[in-house]
Amino acid sequence: MTKATLPVAERTVAFAVNGGRVELTVPVRKTLADALRDDLGLTGTHLGCEHGVCGACTILLDGQAVRSCLMLAVQADGHEVRTVEGLSDGEHLHPIQEAFWETHGLQCGFCTPGFLMTIEAFLRENPHPTEDEIREAIAGNLCRCTGYVNIIKAVQVAADKLGATTET
Amino acid sequence: MKPAAFLYAAPETVEETLALLAEYGPDAKLLAGGQSLMPLLNMRLARPSVLVDLNRVTALDFIAATNGEVRIGAMTRQRAAERSPVVAARLQLMAEALRWVGHPQIRNRGTIGGSLAHADPSAELPAVAAVLGATFVVTGQGGARLLSPDDFFVGYLTTAMQPDEVLTEIWVPAMAADAGWAFVEVARRHGDFALVGAAAVVHPAGDGRFRDVRLAFIGVGPAPIRIKEAEAALEGRTFEEGLLVDVARLVADRLDPESDIHASAAYRKHVAGVLARRALTMAASRAGGQRA
Repeated sequence: MTKATLPVAERTVAFAVNGGRVELTVPVRKTLADALRDDLGLTGTHLGCEHGVCGACTILLDGQAVRSCLMLAVQADGHEVRTVEGLSDGEHLHPIQEAFWETHGLQCGFCTPGFLMTIEAFLRENPHPTEDEIREAIAGNLCRCTGYVNIIKAVQVAADKLGATTET
Repeated sequence: MKPAAFLYAAPETVEETLALLAEYGPDAKLLAGGQSLMPLLNMRLARPSVLVDLNRVTALDFIAATNGEVRIGAMTRQRAAERSPVVAARLQLMAEALRWVGHPQIRNRGTIGGSLAHADPSAELPAVAAVLGATFVVTGQGGARLLSPDDFFVGYLTTAMQPDEVLTEIWVPAMAADAGWAFVEVARRHGDFALVGAAAVVHPAGDGRFRDVRLAFIGVGPAPIRIKEAEAALEGRTFEEGLLVDVARLVADRLDPESDIHASAAYRKHVAGVLARRALTMAASRAGGQRA
């Protein structure tokens, strides 16, 4: 066994977050979600169930939507992470955020970051989805107060906005 | 912090993995995609002292078509298999079943080998492996053992693997060009755990008859269950309504599911019969297709 593969309780890892590079020393049992929130102050990633059911903690790992509560922070080493904080440019809302705003796609906002990241990855892969496809795409994200009807509308409006952006 | 304390190792090769298992075997747990194990760790239902993370073992992430079979590395992401042209063309049943596995966010991390090794009774992939007659490549320090689905799945969340072994690949015979297939499932919502699921493969035998019929169920026993009496009853027959009704009854009779908060045993038996008919009808309608 090489030294690099010996079991350890703490590790220093480096990865990209929203375009910047971070280096962290973390206990190996810390989830990526907790590291994002507690170590990096990126509290936009919300934690609901912490066992992969609610989708609130969804982030992008190398561009793919994943549950950050079902990953260890040490597993992010060398990867690229994008959180809800990376959606807007700091000045203007991202088109998906605008769409949520315009269609009342959020009420309390707790589930919203997970929805936004799920939808960002989904619309990149399927820019012109049907309503059924939208329903399936967001089935892994739970909302308990806004209601899914307006969230589905938001995805449709977001698809139009993003389509208009890329087609001009 | 959610999980109880453990030590963590991230080997980069199968050899390093086996060395770690040899050292820590019974106290160690292998981490594949983490979509089942991480919840168990977060809820402290699993408390391994050493976690051996397979995610850096890149040699186990591949899909290769060779000599009439498709070999899939255990660390291949479910989403990669779902998008694979090889799987779409040769393992249509797997491609269809994968869409029922959790949600896209789960499949982006979840692996083919992780789902099989976890052996959840409601998981889809074990039924696919059972129906297609996959070979499980279980590697230990002494080399690899090749296990059939019947030998690999021992019971509820239990496989024939020893603590110092790792599932490295599965070899799945490519489906015949004229095969028909179907994977159907009933769950409360899409992406939830299956209450009952059924996988069927059939081959046309001329004059509307079918041969080499295979039928398996999930969610109704400790492991995927093939009902060979039902398969035998369908062999060489046309799938007329009366026969399918008899088969549905046979299926419901042979299964002995448990009741839980999600569904009663009686409901599961009934649904299994209904799904048997649906799966067989759909598989028959797809058989003999003009595929390359």
